[in-house]
Amino acid sequence: MAQVAAQHKPIEAHWWYRTRQALRAFAPHIVLFGYMLIALFPIYMIIMNSFKERNAIFGAPFQLPNAETFSLIGYETVLQRADFITYFINSIVVTAASLILTLLVGSMAAYALAEYGFKGNTLLALYLSIGIMIPIRLGTVGILQMMVNLSLVNTLTGLILVYIAQALPLTVFILTQFMRQVPVELKDAARIDGASEYRIYWLIVPLIRPALGAIGIFTMIPIWNDLWFPLILAPSTKTATVTLGVQQFLGQFVSDWNAVLSSLTLAMVPVLIFYFVFSRQMIRSITAGAIK
Amino acid sequence: MASVTFDHVYKRFGDVIAVNDLNIQIEDKEFLVLVGPSGCGKTTALRCLAGLEEISDGRILIGDQVVNDVAPKDRDIAMVFQSYALYPHMSVYDNMAFGLKLRKTPKTEIDNRVKKAADILGIGHLLDRKPRQLSGGQRQRVAVGRAIVREPKVFLFDEPLSNLDAKLRVETRANISKLHQQLQTTFIYVTHDQTEAMTMASRIAVINKGLLQQIDTPQTLYDRPDNLFVAGFIGSPAMNFFPAKMNKSDGKLFVDGGTLHIEIPDDRMTIFAPFEGKDVIFGIRPEDIHNPQFAPPGIDAQPVEAIVDVTELMGNEIFVYLKSGEHSFVARVDPRSRYHFDEKVQMVFNMDNMHIFDRETEKAIR
Repeated sequence: MAQVAAQHKPIEAHWWYRTRQALRAFAPHIVLFGYMLIALFPIYMIIMNSFKERNAIFGAPFQLPNAETFSLIGYETVLQRADFITYFINSIVVTAASLILTLLVGSMAAYALAEYGFKGNTLLALYLSIGIMIPIRLGTVGILQMMVNLSLVNTLTGLILVYIAQALPLTVFILTQFMRQVPVELKDAARIDGASEYRIYWLIVPLIRPALGAIGIFTMIPIWNDLWFPLILAPSTKTATVTLGVQQFLGQFVSDWNAVLSSLTLAMVPVLIFYFVFSRQMIRSITAGAIK
Repeated sequence: MASVTFDHVYKRFGDVIAVNDLNIQIEDKEFLVLVGPSGCGKTTALRCLAGLEEISDGRILIGDQVVNDVAPKDRDIAMVFQSYALYPHMSVYDNMAFGLKLRKTPKTEIDNRVKKAADILGIGHLLDRKPRQLSGGQRQRVAVGRAIVREPKVFLFDEPLSNLDAKLRVETRANISKLHQQLQTTFIYVTHDQTEAMTMASRIAVINKGLLQQIDTPQTLYDRPDNLFVAGFIGSPAMNFFPAKMNKSDGKLFVDGGTLHIEIPDDRMTIFAPFEGKDVIFGIRPEDIHNPQFAPPGIDAQPVEAIVDVTELMGNEIFVYLKSGEHSFVARVDPRSRYHFDEKVQMVFNMDNMHIFDRETEKAIR
């Protein structure tokens, strides 16, 4: 017994070692928690204040709504304007259509670039990735002229086309890398089994689902939040998106802050839903390959 | 069920010639093994036959049909890959049924064939599982099953046992041989493992650097290798080679190389006479070097002095690594022999089974 106790002693003597280990493991979480506070604070402020009276928003912006200051006037204003439902539908249509088409067309292009060793393959890949380096907004004037010529101004189609063009370069670039990682033998097996090239492409898509999830998020958020192109290409009441719609509550002289905060809160909801759907895939893709 | 013909087939990748003027005539129901070191072009040859690579020149025939411009799916072949290449998101059943579904085979027919193949391979209980839930051996069998259900004219195997552990490999080897007997179909099998080739093949084609070295039955390849490469590649431990010169003295021919001084038997004098004064390589397999005490009677034995370097006890035999001057060689001797490190010993070479190669052309002289 005495011997056993003696053996245990040195470990107990180093109790501080364990504490230090625990601290070390905890430190990153303190940093992450701090970052989370900074990131979430504006969102918290928007949501909280959207449920308050106008005077309370300015008088005591950090105070939680109470019985006296609670008010839904912002939401009433937003929902009373029938246009706002249209804006929401427009945003969802534009974002969803751009997203689906980007992923479909982008993954097909990536499959071709990764799978076929045709002449000019590298050149084409480079050409397609120029868009990563040059922001599409530089071409706004040209795009507007083109849209006018095609009579696509004030249409959702016009917006969708621009957004696909905006998202494609990075999508093709990333997906090509992922397509390359799919084992050649798998495609060969499918070829011998008698699958057409389209069928093989379709067979591979589930294997790169994590990458599709990640690109889904990266593509969706800028489109949903974009103010630039809706303002320039589709500012009519019929085609405006939520982000553009919010602007009508912001005037040069008067701003309806209740309505602004309420509409922004509402605009967050679909983004959050989308994010939760895609984020599981994205996290898998970020960690994929890190640990075998 | 069909024969397969490689007729002057070339495959070039830029400047590299992967397959160089390959000519093989594979009979119906034959089990042909293509064997060679890594990167020798054997897999490329198989992929050309499958239609996964276009050939640069020549013709490939399956049966009487030239298939140069026929798509893989229309060649009526099935292939088992080294990595098995199972579709990861499909169940075992769907993996096996995939090819048949694409060919619009009736559902009941698909079901029958999959069940039958699963029975043959003993994977009936795994049909609902996904590939990731299977062990390596099970995945391998599913890959074979996927080929069987197609009932193709020719089966292609691309190193299907490389990813299995040693014990399973031996078992699966026997199973594939059995499968060949059951299915009575042409099998073409690529491997770098000469043991696999020897144990399963009805004929072996040895390939090196894109060139066909020799094609024959396993026993003939072993007993009568055409050249130095085949001699060294087939057999384990490999054949011993002694660089030497063919000399004549007192009306007898000798193989001379440093400490080696071996008399050519009289009955073969005429074969080697033209090589007098030329550089040759003398080859002898480890099992043809004996401990004089246990040498089989009636062989044409020639004594050679050597020093023991390492001994490896195998139980049923002993591998003795020996040195003699600048030569080192291996003998596979009777387990009753006792050898010690650095001991000077006398071994005997069985001259009935010796091989002599021209050092310039590396061709066997006989």
